Amino acid sequence: MQRTYEIMFIVRPDILDEDLDKLIAGLEANITHGGGSIKSLEKLGRRKLAYTVKKFNDGNYVLLTILADGSLVGEIERRLRVSEPVIKFISVRMDEEEKRVAKIKAIRATRKKLSAQPAAAPAAPVEAAPAPASEAASA
Amino acid sequence: MADEISTPSAPSTSRPEGSGSGSSGPGGRPPAGRPSGPGGGGRKFFRRKKVCKFCVEKIDAIHYRDVRLLQQFVAERGKIVPRRLTGVCTTHQRGLARAIKQARNIALLPFAARY
Repeated sequence: MQRTYEIMFIVRPDILDEDLDKLIAGLEANITHGGGSIKSLEKLGRRKLAYTVKKFNDGNYVLLTILADGSLVGEIERRLRVSEPVIKFISVRMDEEEKRVAKIKAIRATRKKLSAQPAAAPAAPVEAAPAPASEAASA
Repeated sequence: MADEISTPSAPSTSRPEGSGSGSSGPGGRPPAGRPSGPGGGGRKFFRRKKVCKFCVEKIDAIHYRDVRLLQQFVAERGKIVPRRLTGVCTTHQRGLARAIKQARNIALLPFAARY
């Protein structure tokens, strides 16, 4: 089953740009061969690390959003683990979160429509008017 | 026993007055000495209702990447600030804690800040 994953990894800072590109290209090839597809690739550039990782204090962050199977993600993780220039990585499943956010947005949109609709505004007083009258009648 | 009960109430009554006028630091004793009189003094102290930032600003997804946002909910030493201090609602605190932990894992936030 294809799911959205976000893989962020840190490449050691003393790597050359070409090598970084080569590494990313290799990873991309891996994903496409494994039956996944790349949604976006973002090089976040050099950043200071919050703590020392393998004696490095800063690193090149790369963010990869992919559509892949769980098994393929496992394979990519294995590859990241063995590849020497990658010092840290994290893979996060995003599809459930996206679904949840979409749902919330949909609910919000419907609510906005109700309050913003001009037809709803006149309808409300008409409905409200008989209600007190009936209350008064019953009282 | 009666003294023990009255002493905790004394600081609570003196605190709002202390915040109201700066000169009542040493003068905080007299109001504490007559706790029975201005019992409403403690009531006057108004605590602003804390609101959940994520609910108010309608931030749906708490993502581990936006360090700026997460940093507001992390103490100086890198601890996650409890809900009772920040006013974040339960649902969002859960997501927030998860995001902070993910961010720590990828070295965007510290596990423990250096001194």
